[in-house]
Amino acid sequence: MNGDASLDIRTPEGISFSVPLAGPVSRLLALTLDFLVILAAQQAVTRLIGAFPKAAADVGDAFGILLLFVFASAYPMASEWFWRGQTIGKRLFRLRVIDATGLRLEPSQVIIRNLLRYVDGLPICYLVGSVTSLLNRRLQRLGDLAAGTVVVRSVQLKQPDLDQLLGARYNSLLEQRHLAARLRQRVPPEIASIGLDALIRRGQLEPGPRVELYRDLARYFKKLVEYPPEVIEQMADEQYVRNVVEILFRASL
Amino acid sequence: MIVDLVRFVETERPHWTALEQFLKRLDESPGMPLPIEEAQRLHYLYQRSSSALGRVGAMASEPELRGYLEWLVSRAYAEIHESRGKKRFKLWQWLTVTLPQTFRRRFRAFAMSTLLTLGGALFGVLALAIDPDAKSVLMPFDHLHMTPKERVALEQKDRGKRLEGHKATFSAELMQNNTRVSIMAMGLGMSFGVGTVVLLFYNGVILGAVAFDYVTGGETVFLLGWLLPHGVIEIPAILIAGQAGLLIAHALIGWGSRKTRRERLREIGPDVVTLTGAAALFLVWAGIVEAFFSQYHEPVVPYGVKISFGLVELAALTFYLSSSGRKPVTAK
Repeated sequence: MNGDASLDIRTPEGISFSVPLAGPVSRLLALTLDFLVILAAQQAVTRLIGAFPKAAADVGDAFGILLLFVFASAYPMASEWFWRGQTIGKRLFRLRVIDATGLRLEPSQVIIRNLLRYVDGLPICYLVGSVTSLLNRRLQRLGDLAAGTVVVRSVQLKQPDLDQLLGARYNSLLEQRHLAARLRQRVPPEIASIGLDALIRRGQLEPGPRVELYRDLARYFKKLVEYPPEVIEQMADEQYVRNVVEILFRASL
Repeated sequence: MIVDLVRFVETERPHWTALEQFLKRLDESPGMPLPIEEAQRLHYLYQRSSSALGRVGAMASEPELRGYLEWLVSRAYAEIHESRGKKRFKLWQWLTVTLPQTFRRRFRAFAMSTLLTLGGALFGVLALAIDPDAKSVLMPFDHLHMTPKERVALEQKDRGKRLEGHKATFSAELMQNNTRVSIMAMGLGMSFGVGTVVLLFYNGVILGAVAFDYVTGGETVFLLGWLLPHGVIEIPAILIAGQAGLLIAHALIGWGSRKTRRERLREIGPDVVTLTGAAALFLVWAGIVEAFFSQYHEPVVPYGVKISFGLVELAALTFYLSSSGRKPVTAK
């Protein structure tokens, strides 16, 4: 199974995007949570039946059996329909059911994928569903295949904060405005991009290669535009790269 | 390449935020109708964000920004490009038009489902005729293991008291179990129909063996009086669930269709739901009848009454499924 499986969609406008698919573990956790919701409902129903007078115990039991059966079947359907592909479990684990073409869910899709839980749950503990989803490129269980749905990770990303990335600290290179302008003129876009990338991925780099990368970049920038020694005195290579990237990417100098 | 990334983000950010808020509103009130101006605004924001994603897509160095825009565009895409009409569910319309029309439109699958059950019944008859000792294997219920004569004597002596105080619970259990079996008959269509075929055939085997046992035991009237009141609804319900399962199997296999498997499954989805709903609905009725009526035998309820009741139900069901929802024929 591919751990980074995703659903790739190309819009009629020619834009491609991919939505990360939910893995079996997170789906299983969400399922467990939904199972607990149903168990809680069972407890509530048992208490409700207990409140029936003894003479109506038969009606109470029948009511309990049907109420629980209807709730267990209808709860995932109703919540996925009203919460646009989410149940309580899926909400907490940030999962969402969507149409396999990226469109909105249809009621028939929600019903089919949930009815087929009976088959996916065979013989025990969702074995059929788990094996099917592991053998499937889109991690779909039988219910998803029949309904044409997929479960995606619905992680809401925050808008990137470039202030944090580039640092709001004092940039001594900005004082030499003519040199800063020369830097913007001379640094090729590809190298500017590498500089920004080096800062974005700082946390992913091993200490050794990181120091080397910043040293090489700083050396390259220093060679392109020579700053007076007193300006760059005691400035670490990483800080130098950070200051140059700020000059290259900031709107106003 | 966007050289001035900060300016780009600062210019576009208000539009992304507006789209995010729009989507949040739609999330909070699904089915909310959008006035034309708002729909146009949503479309504009979607296009603007798509365009931003297209531009950022060229920048390998912007995974975070790209991820954010992909998330935003994918959410808006579902709202903008959904062209399947939203229909309000009307129960009466579904009962009187959609359900019978769907049944008739997919009649071949129902005929197949019936033939499989009849094949199973024939197998059950032959198996019991050849080997009467196979009764305990063919019939999984304890009360069927005694001879028909013993059973009839027991039921007539009991006068339905066995279920006294448990009728409602028994009815609820019947509804639940039969609905589960129906859902399985439908769902097993995903095994390319193998599971559905086996389930329908096996049901037929039990039915055929029981019928043969009671007919040869000289208890045909008891059999009809016992089975007809609920069986004329319960058996068609299972057959309809099997019809839905075979429909899924046909869509999976795709004989004679050039459409993709996904398209075929998408096409039959609403019909599968309608047929499964029909099966569940019929089983609720069958469960009530079985618990509150079928279990009473002579002398409490004459067999003639029970058989007549079953025949009336069968006629009503046949009329409903064959005639309801047809357009009235207008005079030329």
